[in-house]
Amino acid sequence: MPEDFGGWIVYILQNYGPSFAVGAGKTMLIAIVGTAIGCLIGFAVGIVQTIPMSRNDHILKKVILRAARFILGAYVEVFRGTPMMCQAMVIFYGAAMVFGINMSEWFAAFFIVSINTGAYMAETVRGGILSVDAGQTEGAMAIGMNHVQTMMNVILPQALRNIMPQIGNNLIINIKDTCVLSVIGIVELYYTTNGVAGALYRYFEAFAIAMVIYFILTFTCSKILRYIEGKMDGADSYDLATTDTLAHTSGLYNYPDKKGENEA
Amino acid sequence: MSQEALLEVRHLSKTFGKNVVLRDIDFQVYPKDVTCIIGASGSGKSTLLRCLNLLETPTTGEILYHGKNIADGKINAPEYRTKVGMVFQNFNLFNNMSVLENCLVGQIKVLKKEKEAAKKTAMSFLEKVGMAPYIHAKPRQLSGGQKQRVAIARALAMEPEMLLFDEPTSALDPQMVGEVLAVMRTLAQEGLTMIIVTHEMAFARDVSSHVVYMANGIIAEEGTPKDIFTNPQNPLTKEFLSRFRTA
Repeated sequence: MPEDFGGWIVYILQNYGPSFAVGAGKTMLIAIVGTAIGCLIGFAVGIVQTIPMSRNDHILKKVILRAARFILGAYVEVFRGTPMMCQAMVIFYGAAMVFGINMSEWFAAFFIVSINTGAYMAETVRGGILSVDAGQTEGAMAIGMNHVQTMMNVILPQALRNIMPQIGNNLIINIKDTCVLSVIGIVELYYTTNGVAGALYRYFEAFAIAMVIYFILTFTCSKILRYIEGKMDGADSYDLATTDTLAHTSGLYNYPDKKGENEA
Repeated sequence: MSQEALLEVRHLSKTFGKNVVLRDIDFQVYPKDVTCIIGASGSGKSTLLRCLNLLETPTTGEILYHGKNIADGKINAPEYRTKVGMVFQNFNLFNNMSVLENCLVGQIKVLKKEKEAAKKTAMSFLEKVGMAPYIHAKPRQLSGGQKQRVAIARALAMEPEMLLFDEPTSALDPQMVGEVLAVMRTLAQEGLTMIIVTHEMAFARDVSSHVVYMANGIIAEEGTPKDIFTNPQNPLTKEFLSRFRTA
């Protein structure tokens, strides 16, 4: 048996390295899938919350929209306002006891993380939509776009760009928070670490390794998301299209100033 | 004029809460008219223009487009707006799209045109406003005058019957005002029907066929540019214009 900290680290990695890798893989799988589905839920809820309602609208539309907003509002408040660990317990064991549904741990894990992220993302998306200048909507309306076209082509792409930092935040929070799913028996990184630590009575070393792995995962993700943000912004400069083939069809374009010089 | 009015406004009023912005506005626009609406800030010019494009719903009154009332809340507003375009003070170009995409999206998504045909139309109007070399640029990379010229091309690409301009040069510095007004002058000469809310008195005098002077939410005086600028009847018009003469 090793004597010092370094020795234990090496020993644990040699014997349990693959377990840590599998645990980290499960953690990432739940975090990424949960965040992705959560974003979709968030967009759906955020969009419904920002559908404009005017006095002239049909009464049925108003009633349906009001009801939908109340239900979605309640969903957001409940899932934002209670710990994910409690939700995991209630949903996983409650579904079995009350409804007789035996969901697999994996389904429960994806479900819980997604629905939780969705609750946070709903507010984020709503904020993202509101952050887009009202002039963008007017510009879209002025060329005859309806509400759906305006949202899909103009508002949501800009809202998505604005909330990318928050999506990154959510992904990182999810990577760390999947550890609460150990309560329903998902053997992810935290569960694995706990097992290793207990088996060897080496809590300090095992969790030091876990911390480093968590940090590598989150740091890599935040860098990748930054890169994606940069891609979304596009290049800082642009090329002048002086030789555009389509421009030739109706003659080469002459910049007015140059033309003036030639004539003078 | 014997021809049918393209747009006719009848007894139009608009209130925001208790604030009466427009009261009992009446006027007509005939094809190929260039109507300039002038007046002090807060006189209701922009609100009137926004009512014409249904961005604001008139409180009472009618707006007849080809003789059909469009202000009753029953017509298809998006379809109407493809025929009556609008250019804004703050350009309102789509920030997530390049110059070319700005001019394509309406044609492809709203008018359901083929991409190649849409591109041809977009390029011809971008050339007209002198922005063809900038098709790959994003709005944030352009100057104000360039943005406004793209916005005009975007509106023209829908091939509307009429264009509304809401203070198109008010957010620009003097040099850029010139380049935008030059484009608008060309459009006027080509016979595009336009309604222009503007503070550019020289432009209104030289380019318009009809001038409407608004004060406190009513049309105080209207007529040919010659009538309004050289022989105003209403004391309010006289006072408003005197400020520009001395300037």
